[in-house]
Amino acid sequence: MEIPTIVGAGLIVIGAGLGIGRIGGSAMDAIARQPEASGKIQTAMLIAAALIEGIGFAALFAS
Amino acid sequence: MQFLKRRIFFIGIIMYRIQYFVFTFILLFAITANASSAPDSIPAHEEHAEPAKDLRTEIKEDIKHHLQDSHDFTLFHSKKDGSGISIPLPVILIDNGLHIFMSSKFHHGEHVAESKGNFYKLYHNKIYKTDADGTISYDEHNHPTNTKPLDFSLTKSVVTIILASLLMLWMFTSLAKSYKKNNGIATGFGRFLEPLVLFVRDEIAIPNIGVKHYNRYMSYLLTIFFFIWLLNLLGLTPLGVNVTGNIAITFSLAILTYLITTFTAKKDYWKHIFWMPGVPKPMKVILAPIELLGTIIKPFSLMIRLYANMTAGHVVLMSILGLIFIFKSWVGGPLSFGLAFALSLLELLVAALQAYIFTMLSALYFGMAVEEHEHHHEEAHTEHH
Repeated sequence: MEIPTIVGAGLIVIGAGLGIGRIGGSAMDAIARQPEASGKIQTAMLIAAALIEGIGFAALFAS
Repeated sequence: MQFLKRRIFFIGIIMYRIQYFVFTFILLFAITANASSAPDSIPAHEEHAEPAKDLRTEIKEDIKHHLQDSHDFTLFHSKKDGSGISIPLPVILIDNGLHIFMSSKFHHGEHVAESKGNFYKLYHNKIYKTDADGTISYDEHNHPTNTKPLDFSLTKSVVTIILASLLMLWMFTSLAKSYKKNNGIATGFGRFLEPLVLFVRDEIAIPNIGVKHYNRYMSYLLTIFFFIWLLNLLGLTPLGVNVTGNIAITFSLAILTYLITTFTAKKDYWKHIFWMPGVPKPMKVILAPIELLGTIIKPFSLMIRLYANMTAGHVVLMSILGLIFIFKSWVGGPLSFGLAFALSLLELLVAALQAYIFTMLSALYFGMAVEEHEHHHEEAHTEHH
């Protein structure tokens, strides 16, 4: 049986969603622990989220 | 403030012809699947002979049409009687000589345009050479087999890029002039721009590239930041332009980042790609191709990210506007308006965020290229001893 590519894309998007959620959650924890470092944490968070997002979009457009 | 004298780039003019997109309409399907009780009869490809189309197919085609580049700015257009308001743009073709005429001759693809004895017809935003009657022949996949002339037209995207470039030139020369006139204090609109320029310098360039080398890259970083941001914002206007959602444009921007990274890279950058210090020898052989591939994947992800984000935003916004025609009742209008309004606000944020991310990641890659690893040198030396 052949699995349609859209299923794979969906799985990747789920993974990307979990990843970005985890990054956001961890960043919140970090900011709560050290509010004075929030700027640096936000920057690092956005970079990591953008990298994962790229994978998600690549999957979406490959399907 | 020498770096404010930007040079403008017209990359889009070179690259905008590459238009092989694969569009996903997953979001449209998700929205329309529950909203409409019409039978599921979406054909695999558009029929040419059949005039009566399914409403959903029609909306889908409209969205696709919006995402593509076109030869005029259409504010609105009636499919029934052909009335509407649109701004025609010049068409420039090279086909045994130069052909220049306005795109209004096409009448939105309904008429055949004649120029110096040649006949041209617009079909799905592309110009094909036809005979006097405008016959277009198709192959078995419903693709036209007519020849395409070399198209150098000033299309919607090109005009928008030129507009954004001129706007940037005007904004930043006026800022530079106000500095000169007013002893280094910005006046007027410059007061809005100065914090943004400082933001790019202090929050993007210096932390990622370092104080030593950042000044070389400031001109490029500021240019792409404001260029992408302006084009993203212009995409939200009723002109219906989708420049940063065009993969040719984002490809050009990404290739610029790649070239600058590659040609300004220091010895350390290449050393860390091909023969990284402090790693066992067999691992070096395995890691070198991966690292080399990584240099290409980085700009590739830049390209996909910007393109996909902007395209997805436009698709969702247009799908929500399509709800009006699917509901055809008093529910659809307010619902669509409310959702579109909220989403437009989100898109304003995304427009700025994507410009920021693109600039930030470019700065990060430049920082990698000029980074000097002092401690690694020592490690490499001790390894030799």
